[in-house]
Amino acid sequence: MTTLQTVFAKAKADDRAALIGYLPAGFPTVEGAVAAASAMVEAGCDVIEIGLPYSDPLMDGPTIQAAVHRALTNGTRIADVMRTVEGVAATGAATLVMTYWNPIDRYGAERFARDLASAGGTGTITPDLTPEESGVWREASAAAGIDTVFLVAPSSTEERIKAVVDCCTGFVYAASLMGVTGARDQVGSAARGLVERTRPHTGLPVCVGLGVGTGDQAAEVAGYADGVIVGSAFIRRLLDASDEAAGLASVRELAAELAEGVRRR
Amino acid sequence: MTEATILTPADLAGNGVYGDDPDVRGKFGVFGGRYVPEALIPALDEVAAEYEKAKNDPAFIHEFDHLLRTYAGRPTTLTEVPRFAEQAGGARIILKREDLTHTGAHKINNVLGQALLTRRLGKTRVIAETGAGQHGVATATAAALLGLECVIYMGAVDCERQALNVARMKLLGATVVPVANGSQTLKDAINEAFRDWVANVDHTHYLFGTIAGPHPFPEIVRDFARVIGVEARRQMLELTGRLPDAVAAAVGGGSNAIGIFHAFIGDEDVQLHGYEAGGRGAETGEHALTLTQGSVGVLHGARTYVLQDDEGQTIESHSISAGLDYPGVGPEHAWLKDTGRATYHGVTDAEAMEAFALLARTEGIIPAIESSHALAGALKLGRELGPEAIILVNLSGRGDKDMGTAMKYFNL
Repeated sequence: MTTLQTVFAKAKADDRAALIGYLPAGFPTVEGAVAAASAMVEAGCDVIEIGLPYSDPLMDGPTIQAAVHRALTNGTRIADVMRTVEGVAATGAATLVMTYWNPIDRYGAERFARDLASAGGTGTITPDLTPEESGVWREASAAAGIDTVFLVAPSSTEERIKAVVDCCTGFVYAASLMGVTGARDQVGSAARGLVERTRPHTGLPVCVGLGVGTGDQAAEVAGYADGVIVGSAFIRRLLDASDEAAGLASVRELAAELAEGVRRR
Repeated sequence: MTEATILTPADLAGNGVYGDDPDVRGKFGVFGGRYVPEALIPALDEVAAEYEKAKNDPAFIHEFDHLLRTYAGRPTTLTEVPRFAEQAGGARIILKREDLTHTGAHKINNVLGQALLTRRLGKTRVIAETGAGQHGVATATAAALLGLECVIYMGAVDCERQALNVARMKLLGATVVPVANGSQTLKDAINEAFRDWVANVDHTHYLFGTIAGPHPFPEIVRDFARVIGVEARRQMLELTGRLPDAVAAAVGGGSNAIGIFHAFIGDEDVQLHGYEAGGRGAETGEHALTLTQGSVGVLHGARTYVLQDDEGQTIESHSISAGLDYPGVGPEHAWLKDTGRATYHGVTDAEAMEAFALLARTEGIIPAIESSHALAGALKLGRELGPEAIILVNLSGRGDKDMGTAMKYFNL
């Protein structure tokens, strides 16, 4: 299993940012997601976040909503998410699960952490779990030996940033803008400032997500962050493709462009 | 015009029982809290801090009280309904007439309070979710009154079902955004409103419509709805010389129920009964029996009872009444259920529609279908409690909006 620590150490040694790609499990199918994530890894993604499809994704924009809706309509279950993690981790990428809290809560925190670790997962990102409510999950994760990544936002005060980073292991997820997921023409101007405000509070890598979708944007973010996170832009490629093969080729092309971007810093 | 006020600071601040106010994390026991993106935490903190100041500010309370009296039409009266109560084993049934408020439902109480709070926060735009359209209409009304920009999110399916309310909101100057994702109903409208809020939080207040959602919404909405019970408790003492044996209310998200329950929580001899939408029946799976059939989970930012499957996916609810058609419930009701202070039951579509028609025929009052669930509950409760009993029912809204449903249901 490749750990986040290994990934960021290697990226640092190469003097580049790490590239982190997101795809929901079960989209376009369970096997299709593993194939797409594998293509992303082959073309340069260091870390893959597998989204756990949830009925009420209130932090996600229309692109991820559409993909998640399809995954749920296809009947994607948590066992499928674990199977996807297993398939993706086998490629050698560090593999995380990104999920809203309720599915873990319902599944059982200890059981989820244990099953994820067994599947080769290295940790989770939980966008709606605040430091105040995170105790149960951090304990379960520590016991299973997986990382817990939480988000800081442009609106976060110094006090909040400190509270969040104190709960993080692996890396800190800095949301580049005030808004939902989705590619934008420009990376939020608040992103650089947020990374700078976060650094004094932690020695962990700080990665930037939300709104990043092109090689140039990746290069820009790589100028100040340790990792660049891209989700909706990959999904858009799959949604727009005429068939599965075209989708895979398109995803591969985007990953290569972004991988070149994170090396341009 | 009377100068007598309805509210005192104590009325807004709670009655000091059972740790009335949630703790610092917004918890009622294990329920409530905040399960939201970190980006929203500063805004929630800001709302909580400003509300804390407002509720202790006599000028704010005076202004709220003034609007309740001179705009919303408070205090609302009590009406005893003896002909209706003949079906309740002889128990006395007394209605709290929230249907007589401006806009025709209890929702006006909360929106006036929150619109004033919006102005205190220095924000110029309000957004809100709506199911049947009642909270949307109430929000659009308050926004028009205070000159705030107003955007209402409403499920695309609901927009079609409630075209009249869409027109009302537009006439009041609001923009109505149909939400075409997910199940295209209330829960998806809430998701979309949260998405708007996180992107526009610097100048926008999310005028939440029920006592669900992340802290501090359950507390704020309760406090603004609390006037229902504060008035009713005084009026019951005047009218009957004693407190009622039981208080009955319909529960969707739970704001009208908490509004009338809350002033009675310290009165241990007063039973509190909440009636959820049983839809086509508990056994059919097509219902909104969140408290009576659901399980503990997290939905829309709070830990509470939720209709969910074995993996935590929200299950779509069903009710003939759009206002009760919600798969979550306010965390304070979850707490009242688990502590045993309140009891919750299901009332089917058919039972509610029967009570709807009965009240119209026997008393000349057409209730909202939401409120009809409480009326049906009171009929059962009366037969249980016996002829000496006095039952106070929150008639939370009027039924004009439901005539389309009634025409279809009764072939009128």
